[in-house]
Amino acid sequence: MKHLALILRTVAAWLVTLLIVFPLIWLVLTAFKTEQQAISIPPQLFFTPTMESFAEVNLRSDYLHYAANSVITSIVSTVLGLAIAAPAAYSMAFFRTRKTRDILMWMLSTKMMPAVGALVPIYVMAQTAGLLDSRTALIVVFTLSNLPIMVWMLYSGFKDIPPDILEAARMDGASVWGEFLHVIRPLAMGTLASTALLCLVLSWNEAFWSLNLSSSRAGTLATLIASYSSPEGLFWAKLSAASLMAIAPIVVVGWFSQKQLVQGLTFGAVK
Amino acid sequence: MAFLQLKGVEKMFGALRAIKGVDLSIEKGEFVVFVGPSGCGKSTLLRMIAGLTEIDGGSLQLDGRDITRLPSSKRDLAMVFQSYALYPHMSVADNMSFALRLANVDKKIIEEKVGRAAQILNLTPYLQRTPKELSGGQRQRVAIGRAIVRAPKVFLFDEPLSNLDAALRGQTRVEIAKLHRDLGATTIYVTHDQVEAMTLADRVVVLRDGAIEQVGSPLELYDRPANQFVAQFIGTPQMNVVDTAKLPALRAVVGATGAADGYIGVRPEKVMVRAAGTGQLAGRVELVESLGADTLIYANVGSNGDGSGVQLVARQAARTELRPGDPVGLDIAPASFHLFDRQGQAVALRAA
Repeated sequence: MKHLALILRTVAAWLVTLLIVFPLIWLVLTAFKTEQQAISIPPQLFFTPTMESFAEVNLRSDYLHYAANSVITSIVSTVLGLAIAAPAAYSMAFFRTRKTRDILMWMLSTKMMPAVGALVPIYVMAQTAGLLDSRTALIVVFTLSNLPIMVWMLYSGFKDIPPDILEAARMDGASVWGEFLHVIRPLAMGTLASTALLCLVLSWNEAFWSLNLSSSRAGTLATLIASYSSPEGLFWAKLSAASLMAIAPIVVVGWFSQKQLVQGLTFGAVK
Repeated sequence: MAFLQLKGVEKMFGALRAIKGVDLSIEKGEFVVFVGPSGCGKSTLLRMIAGLTEIDGGSLQLDGRDITRLPSSKRDLAMVFQSYALYPHMSVADNMSFALRLANVDKKIIEEKVGRAAQILNLTPYLQRTPKELSGGQRQRVAIGRAIVRAPKVFLFDEPLSNLDAALRGQTRVEIAKLHRDLGATTIYVTHDQVEAMTLADRVVVLRDGAIEQVGSPLELYDRPANQFVAQFIGTPQMNVVDTAKLPALRAVVGATGAADGYIGVRPEKVMVRAAGTGQLAGRVELVESLGADTLIYANVGSNGDGSGVQLVARQAARTELRPGDPVGLDIAPASFHLFDRQGQAVALRAA
């Protein structure tokens, strides 16, 4: 009986996993098909893989240009976000007032509003500032939209550091910067790393703002993908090839930092 | 001019006046202990000296320099925390040398100073370990070592022994006293334990409700408490303090030397248990505590068997066969009274 339950559970787990991974697998398969194979019915599971779509994508659009935009916007917004969120989280974790909780809740509540709600004002602001289709606009918007989550993550990580240790550092002659560099940074390394990683992934995958605020000049890989769902119809193979190229870097980064990420998220639990 | 001078130091927590204008002078090399019940503001006062809690009023001067508004990092004070507050990610050696490394002291000198401190504190074999791998007593010694290597102007101790077990506490107390004797460093030490205060201090500062009740050497406080609070806070078991109205017989024993109305205090060791029917007072044993070296006898005096009397504690070296309920007589040693008025302030004893 127990054995059967285990089997059923395992089967269920595999089914759920397959359900989650299937689109990704299908994406990879489609990317190596021709356009005809991609739309053929019944769908082909076995075919001779071709790089045709990749070549076509590279021919039609400058992948590296979009990739560079993605790299720059996500890295700069992550660095900028950390620079703003870390001091904010520091003061909230170590100099609590009665309003600290409210401020944190308010920050989080800004993420509950649909982004479209802020589209028009932000678009107009970017236009007025002459920043439409610029990386600056994307960096600013990415940073702002990630800040609440970053502050929250860093805040909960910092909160686990006993304040006595910071006071000891202060008594030992450490400035605020010294405290951060020598005590908080090493003790909250996991939190800092996982926060940065999450912010990087969120910025990289961000589509709404990059589609609305940028096009050919500052467009990120998200806009590159979107350009393959054109009015002339969907080019599934090319769309898949572009998507695969767009997500590949972040998947690789995520894969290698998986261990750090998990460690970072559980670090605080082990004292 | 004193080495460390507090003038009218105040702290407000919202509308609450937590520290009420404290004036205190501490001389160089002195070992001063702040003692008082929990919530009396002793730790707050220490943290204000340390710069970890802001000073809301008055001034603080160290070595002729006003440091009232100076950040902790620039005050040149070292603090040993109740929780030890060691840097968990650093080795013992790095913990102890942190301040020196921040100050960019030469590597050779750091090594030498840490080595010497480790030797003094018996930490040499543990220098490369992390705090996690040490026992409570060892962690405490690292925290002290971290303070020593810096040779700061003042050492601040915030209840450093309260996380140690009783045996280790006594042992570490002796070590701290020896350390102070050897280094001669100015020290402020906060504790709620009056035994620590009595054994370590050159001068004890008794605090209550954010104000100083009395400052003096341990024996001054013991022999000449300024008020009833200090009288009962210092000394175990507590001084017997009796309302004169409740026990007229005791008033008769004191005689005309005392205040007409108020409280009479007698230390337990000044109360002598006699055979029933003799002595100045008659009473009945309520409880006997045999501690080995000491025996405490709690007697009810002046009751008519209805429990209305007053409890007096006697402390003697001799052991006793007395049982609860036995009748006894009590003598009070001559000239051993403390008299307090209705406000609890000490009243001078007039010669008989």
